[in-house]
Amino acid sequence: MKTEWRKFLLIVAVFIAAYYIPFGHARVQSAILESFYMLQDYARRHVLFCLVPAFFIAGGISVFVNQASVMRYFGAQANKILSYGVASISGTILAVCSCTVLPLFAGIYKRGAGIGPATAFLYSGPAINVLAIILTARVLGWQLGLARALGAIIFSIVIGLLMALFFRKEESEKANAVIPEIKEGERPLWKTALYFLSMMFILIFAAWGKPAQPVGFWDAVYNIHWYLAGGFLILLVLMLIYWFKRDEIKEWVSSTWIFAKMILPLLFGGVLVAGLLMGSPGNDTGLIPSSYISSLVGGNSIFANFFASVVGALMYFATLTEVPILQGLIGSGMGQGPALALLLAGPALSLPSMIVLRSIMGTKKTLVFIFLVVALSTIVGMLFGTLMGGA
Amino acid sequence: MKIEILGTGCPKCKQTLANVEKAVKDLGVDAEIVKVDKIQDIMNYGVMMTPALAINGEVKIVGKIPTPNQIAEWLKGN
Repeated sequence: MKTEWRKFLLIVAVFIAAYYIPFGHARVQSAILESFYMLQDYARRHVLFCLVPAFFIAGGISVFVNQASVMRYFGAQANKILSYGVASISGTILAVCSCTVLPLFAGIYKRGAGIGPATAFLYSGPAINVLAIILTARVLGWQLGLARALGAIIFSIVIGLLMALFFRKEESEKANAVIPEIKEGERPLWKTALYFLSMMFILIFAAWGKPAQPVGFWDAVYNIHWYLAGGFLILLVLMLIYWFKRDEIKEWVSSTWIFAKMILPLLFGGVLVAGLLMGSPGNDTGLIPSSYISSLVGGNSIFANFFASVVGALMYFATLTEVPILQGLIGSGMGQGPALALLLAGPALSLPSMIVLRSIMGTKKTLVFIFLVVALSTIVGMLFGTLMGGA
Repeated sequence: MKIEILGTGCPKCKQTLANVEKAVKDLGVDAEIVKVDKIQDIMNYGVMMTPALAINGEVKIVGKIPTPNQIAEWLKGN
């Protein structure tokens, strides 16, 4: 019965929307058009040569990188310094799917290395997974991509240490978690490394942009970028034929497919919503006028950075949708500093995740964690904004 | 026999459930399939990465989707 009611309510909602939305209004018309322009822009510029290779890389990581070896550093008996370091960077290989972040957090907190490494992982994980870094750097510029990764790594350690300091008395004896059995690698490390490197090069060269002036190194590479990408593709195929078993390749393709299936619809929706609300970058045609956005989060004031962190902390971003939304916001006048603040606070926290966090570690710790995330994201945003010359 | 699938409801967990159902059907064994989706409950198994799979309370795999063949092997072992 419950599902039937839900269907009924959905139909009523669609009907009311269809009845009342002022499609005749110029702003609504332009906003709808914009959202499809933005979708086309993604389809033309980012899907084939950025997202598709990135999915294959993420799929490869989940199949061929030994994740169990990382889990060792999160156990209750693990060396504390090592667990902070590993927690802050392991998001690159562990957190490709945002739904793995919370269970891992709960596991590290309750059964493993404790609250410090757990919160470090929670903060940095979503920001530094491979797909997020690649798409941020590609769409929003390499500076923001790099700042996002570095900011997340450094500040996750700070947040973790502070949380451990505040709640040092409450750490108690814990039962140890089941550490998955460590499978010996089936091929030498250098072969796996070469396999990932050639995929990275395919992605980099296939997506190589045309430089503004046809001179110098960038242009020289641009002229041959298809040959370079093709060369690495041939190399990759040769490696797959000679070094990998059929079953492994099948597993790789199927995990790539799972990522694509999971992320593409979300990203598709995110791009449409971003285009509808903010218009494509540089055009003031979305539903929200650019002047509102630039008055709230333009420039690099304390308020703009703080506001961006708070909004980021409350809003829920499905995997990677933060990228088109930020692209729209930046295009409407958001400053670089607030953009980074939102990127740091956003994926780590949302209202739904706060509720889950509260059930895991209690109200007080959750509030302190939220406060730290918002405060540090604001500070990093301001530093970055100053560095980028936004005043 | 009791098969528990531990996972918060992400696509990987759904794939795991589908694989389990396939394995159980192919083997024709009598098994109770239970989904455990509360993080608190998942923690009680000592599992940090989802999806995970437990047969009669014993955790068989963590953080990966088991193939129907793998599951069939475990079912035969019980």
